[in-house]
Amino acid sequence: MIKEYIGLNEIAGSLAVLDGVKNPGYEEVVEFNVADGTKRKGRIIRIDGERVVVQVFEGTKGLSLKNTSTVPTGRPMELKLSEEILGRVFDGAGRPIDGFGEIYPEVLRDINGSSINPVSRVYPRNYIATGISSIDALSTLIRGQKLPIFSGYGMKHNELAVQIVRQAKITGASSDNFAVVFAAMGVKNDVADYFRRSFEESGVLSKVVMFLNLSDDPIIERTITPRCALTAAEYLAFEKGMHILVVMTDMSSYCEALREFSSSKGEIPGRKGYPGYLYSDLASLYERAGMIKGKEGSVTQIPILTMPNDDITHPVPDLTGYITEGQIVLDRSLDSTGIYPPVSILPSLSRLMKDGIGEGYTREDHSSLANQLFSAYAKVQDAISLASVIGEDELSDIDKKYLEFGRAFENRFINQGANENRSIEETLDLGWEILTLLPESELDRVSDELIEKYYRR
Amino acid sequence: MSNNKIFGINGPVVTVADTKDFSMQEMVYVGREKLVGEVISIDDKLTTIQVYEVTTGLTPSEPVEGTGSAISVTLGPGIIKNIYDGIQRPLREIAEKTGEFIERGCFAPGIDEHTLWDVTVTAKVGDELCGGEVYATCPETESIIHKIMVPPGISGKVTFAAADDHYTVNTKILEITDKSGKVHELTLCHKWPIRTARPIKKRLPCTVPLITGQRVIDTLMPVAKGGTAAIPGGFGTGKTMTQHQLAKWCDADIIIYVGCGERGNEMTQVLDEFGELIDPRTGRKLTDRTVLIANTSNMPVAAREASIYTGITLAEYYRDMGYAVAMMADSTSRWAEALREISGRLEEMPAEEGFPAYLPSRLAAFYERAGRVTTLGSDEGSVTVIGAVSPQGSDFSEPVTQNTKRFTRVFWALDKSLAYARHYPAINWTDSYSEYDGDLADYYNNNVNLSFMDYRRQLLSLLHEESKLMEIVKLIGADVLPDDQRLVIDIARVIRVGFLQQNAYHKDDTYVPLEKQFLMMKTILHLYEKGKALVASGKPVAGIARSGILEKLIKMKYDIPNGSPEMFDDYITEIDSVINELMAK
Repeated sequence: MIKEYIGLNEIAGSLAVLDGVKNPGYEEVVEFNVADGTKRKGRIIRIDGERVVVQVFEGTKGLSLKNTSTVPTGRPMELKLSEEILGRVFDGAGRPIDGFGEIYPEVLRDINGSSINPVSRVYPRNYIATGISSIDALSTLIRGQKLPIFSGYGMKHNELAVQIVRQAKITGASSDNFAVVFAAMGVKNDVADYFRRSFEESGVLSKVVMFLNLSDDPIIERTITPRCALTAAEYLAFEKGMHILVVMTDMSSYCEALREFSSSKGEIPGRKGYPGYLYSDLASLYERAGMIKGKEGSVTQIPILTMPNDDITHPVPDLTGYITEGQIVLDRSLDSTGIYPPVSILPSLSRLMKDGIGEGYTREDHSSLANQLFSAYAKVQDAISLASVIGEDELSDIDKKYLEFGRAFENRFINQGANENRSIEETLDLGWEILTLLPESELDRVSDELIEKYYRR
Repeated sequence: MSNNKIFGINGPVVTVADTKDFSMQEMVYVGREKLVGEVISIDDKLTTIQVYEVTTGLTPSEPVEGTGSAISVTLGPGIIKNIYDGIQRPLREIAEKTGEFIERGCFAPGIDEHTLWDVTVTAKVGDELCGGEVYATCPETESIIHKIMVPPGISGKVTFAAADDHYTVNTKILEITDKSGKVHELTLCHKWPIRTARPIKKRLPCTVPLITGQRVIDTLMPVAKGGTAAIPGGFGTGKTMTQHQLAKWCDADIIIYVGCGERGNEMTQVLDEFGELIDPRTGRKLTDRTVLIANTSNMPVAAREASIYTGITLAEYYRDMGYAVAMMADSTSRWAEALREISGRLEEMPAEEGFPAYLPSRLAAFYERAGRVTTLGSDEGSVTVIGAVSPQGSDFSEPVTQNTKRFTRVFWALDKSLAYARHYPAINWTDSYSEYDGDLADYYNNNVNLSFMDYRRQLLSLLHEESKLMEIVKLIGADVLPDDQRLVIDIARVIRVGFLQQNAYHKDDTYVPLEKQFLMMKTILHLYEKGKALVASGKPVAGIARSGILEKLIKMKYDIPNGSPEMFDDYITEIDSVINELMAK
């Protein structure tokens, strides 16, 4: 028996309150029939006896206490899934918006997902060649990893993400079983369009599932967009055996939507007004990356977030960094000197890299070389700060060598073309070549055999 | 059968209206799927319950049943080698039942009820036993003997004792008749509430170090067995890495590793790695002494709050058997955030940064459960607690770091700039401290070398002097310093790169015995003394750097295998000859 409740009892921000609801389910989806003939969807987020608080995805604009009737669906928020979703475009709540009609569902999945049992996970070890030196050599992307890009407004994170998607070679993936799930949250129309065009140009568009919540779309819908995208990704990966790269941009907008929603509920805020559960909420997204024992596919996540004011200690990048397995940080000063991709080497890190590189994966010198480059580049920063005080001429010889090394490293190693696809051997050899600018006595992280084999060549 | 029904639902918090049936901290089953919950507040209208599982789909009018007991863990053989969630549900069994994804409402007993244990009953009919005394033993893993103890609070005369045989955990082994004539039937296991500390006879001073094989810890900032340590650090500074290293190499008998609100892949890594690694002291697999508690960040938040208590209760249980237990909690900040989240749902008045006002008292109560003690059974055991802290925005002045600092005695501050330069472990030697150095001095002097503490002091003072000098160097460069100060800078670099920095992936360097740590210190300080003599005689100090001896000392951690202390003599001889040559010039 379908019940319909006429009218609402209270409207505040994006929330509607109803009294007298019989047997509501927590997080159940409800449908609103508005007098003007439109339909909206909402989700029950709080129950006190027969009084329920509903979060309206499309916003409460135009709703009144009289003109709306509410129908509970008895189901949690679900996404319709089948292999047909490849190549399709959906809105932020998972409804098709490309004009090709509804999806005929093979399965329905709760968009909140369930947590993967830690004993069923496979520890990720296979590296993904992206063809980008700064990533492959120094913060290697691993299949099943979640590796965010920390950027700022106006920097080239979108270009970098597109290049990764275009060049990424996942071990075990071919054109048949590789797909991209793209979730846009609060990004501008032209950014979404840029991604679409780039996917089209690189010929992967038929293998892309897009979920678009653009900056002028309802904010509350934004809080479910990444969940829809990850549900689609999990379905393709773990039921259809595909290797999925999930690009989610922009996580900062997502968090702001969450903040808006939280404050409209009157919750006690944590840092900078963000809700106290921001960590758990982000974790419920990021932890959906990974691989499962006995399953073919994998979910690799590349979330993109813009750091407000380039501040890495802002709650969004901070909490993200605590959950994800490393981060790729972009640097504004590199960007403004025209270096692309402007990857700031020192704060960038891939936690899974240590077990996915070296002999059998990339090359035996990879880990030592990466350590040596990190430590040498850290010394470059000391030399630069000293030079800014006493002038470059007054530096000791060794500091001057470090400055020279630093420049070569930035211009030749980090810097590369947006279409340049370097193999791992090229990247590592280039690293050694630039290290030869330093005297051998400065190499404290590499063994003598490696020096013999690569440095003295 | 009561007819209590759900009234309200708000995230993990569920309320029941108009009931007087529940008591505080009682474990309850919520809903038709019997989700586990715990009563956290009671007033005349509403009883509030935190639910340890996802509440999606629950509806009012579903039943809520009390169990009459507080939320507890089952203690008995079969705990070691297991991997649990925050409320002691074995994840392997759960995976067998529900597949790769954790379904809710899934139940499996904390310790396997079918395994047969080879039990030796040590108590005889007529013995007088009291709580905490051992009445039977069985080998739990190849390296751990499990001692089965009378639960605290029960004492009396043994009126029945089973014969030595193979038993499951729920078989009756012993009957004790207490003074009032009540008969207690004891099996191999008993339950204990996780929020109650297990009683002890007496606390002992912490005078034995927990040896970890990590130079910066053992030598500079040691933690005692039974002590408490905090590892604060921003993301990417290597908290988890340091915790893993400690869990692998420290000389505790039992490791309880609690992954509290951290990454799933990290727990998988621990499972994989520990299954392969061999404990250098017992020659057995590391998993033979390890219990994992994995409540990853996407698992329910209330169970995350409980996971720390589950961990410390298991630790206390093995301590009571007379073992040295080390518990790693990664990360206590996530636990504090779980507290904050629940507190927010209860609409409590927040203190600093939204954390509840009872955060300091909860932290204190947790860390106070560590200690080296005489157990009720008159054995000696210890629980060492090492808690990672993830300060928001890497800001050590935030409430969790500050309050943890108050209640722990060792502070290993991880430093972002060291981590950026890939100097691991990234423990900052100027901000970190250990309050145990005085208590442990005798141990080091008597068991390693009489000069150990003196050398340690010299090492620290060189590092402090260097950090002062570096202020000047940053402004004007190293070239203008006088020779004696340049010597300090050179030697301090050897200490930093050659001694403090340690390579977890190198077969010898990942674990370094105390003797080698001492000899490395001695060799470096020998060069410093000789260098000082060289400077005093007016010869240029730059000769030392040119001779390559500094680089040689930096690499001695790799070049000298752990078992070859005699090789250090060659280094001393070489230092002497290098300096003599420079003197002669």
